[in-house]
Amino acid sequence: MMKCKSITLVDYGMANLLNVKRAFEQCGAMVNVIEEPAHVLAAERLVVPGVGAFQDCMDEVNRRGFGEAIRSYVDSQRPMLGICVGMQILFDVSEEFGEHKGVGILPGRVQAIPRQAVDGKAQRVPHIGWNHLIEPECGREWAGTLLAPFRGQRPAVYFVHSFAAQPENEGDRLADCLYGGHRICAAVQRQNVMATQFHPERSGETGLAIIRQFLNL
Amino acid sequence: MGLAKRIIPCLDVTAGRVVKGVQFVELRDAGDPVEIAKRYDDQGADELTFLDITASSDERDIILHIIEEVAAQVFIPLTVGGGVRAVEDVRRLLNAGADKVSINTSAVVNPQLVRDASERYGNQCIVVAIDAKRVAGAAEPKWEVFTHGGRKATGLDAVAWAKQMQDYGAGEILLTSMDRDGAKIGFDLELTRAISDAVEVPVIASGGVGNLQHLVDGVKIGGADAVLAASIFHFGEYTVRQAKEYMAQHGIEMRL
Repeated sequence: MMKCKSITLVDYGMANLLNVKRAFEQCGAMVNVIEEPAHVLAAERLVVPGVGAFQDCMDEVNRRGFGEAIRSYVDSQRPMLGICVGMQILFDVSEEFGEHKGVGILPGRVQAIPRQAVDGKAQRVPHIGWNHLIEPECGREWAGTLLAPFRGQRPAVYFVHSFAAQPENEGDRLADCLYGGHRICAAVQRQNVMATQFHPERSGETGLAIIRQFLNL
Repeated sequence: MGLAKRIIPCLDVTAGRVVKGVQFVELRDAGDPVEIAKRYDDQGADELTFLDITASSDERDIILHIIEEVAAQVFIPLTVGGGVRAVEDVRRLLNAGADKVSINTSAVVNPQLVRDASERYGNQCIVVAIDAKRVAGAAEPKWEVFTHGGRKATGLDAVAWAKQMQDYGAGEILLTSMDRDGAKIGFDLELTRAISDAVEVPVIASGGVGNLQHLVDGVKIGGADAVLAASIFHFGEYTVRQAKEYMAQHGIEMRL
């Protein structure tokens, strides 16, 4: 019999954890919800969600002491997945409502989605709905990554955000999507550190397949 | 390949059942909300909207149970509205599994609620629903905002109101034409276009869908980012899949 995979879901008061929890359970995982940074290092697999404003999320991460715990966990080489603002906080800095420091695991900035398409026409923000994942410009392949089940495809996943990460290191980019012709960073992966701007827990069967892949890495 | 337009089946819920009316009255039973939600998910719905149209606040908690049950089985975004009066109501719905909360009457009674809720939870999860009715005999096309399930006129101009709600932190506008609701003669395209040109946040068109061409028109002529429909799906005239394929055949980017 296959051993039941377990994940540790970080509750820092800034996410609706229930839907993330339900999606991982649907994929057969045991979910431990933790509120103490001390429990981060015991994780087999760490999941960091997040909704709302960047600064509010970082204030809670810092106040509860999760930043250091997440950095130490990442050094352990075990897998971690950030979702939405849980992806953005992994970067150095966000420009949402002023400049705010992130956890700083990945170099780069979180910036506003352009309000104009490349052809100059106005485009809507927030970017809400199903968009298609494409390989990044550097041509990075998805084999062996979080997106391995979708090699050679352009799966649609659910986004809802007004800001997006701009990784400084192009090699950290795993997938983009196109919005008004602009490339928006949709997912990153650097070794054991994985994160998605989209919501796998809300992306139907595609999202569940990505969650299963995370559990298998 | 970019952002797909969305099809959103709408489930009006009262006393634990899905119902559908014509111009906001004459309700007809359409079935069990959890079964219907699963069916639309299987058919490829991009989102689901649940509107609690219960008049009695005693039954209000039913919607929380329904949302919990749906959210445990359906892994696409859920929007829930109806009777949201306080930031606390928003929190309860989000905790039950809603991804977005729709505010209608309370936005008119207390616009600050929209501001407070969006500052607290982010504008991405606050939808302002506007029920608008064409003003008869006006020189220029004009629409008035109604509240309380379409029973109460407010004197507010729908276009100005939509802009104001965007400024207050609405992340999306759910626009229903009361004249067209349940009439199956298509969206009020002039209204849809007026609102979608006036705001920068996504607009969901609602009210009047009777066939698949109406959905295409809502996007192509009305400028909507998403189209919401109830009757055509509830009573089996079309599946969500058929609607998506039809829209894709007419050059609209869809998630298939």
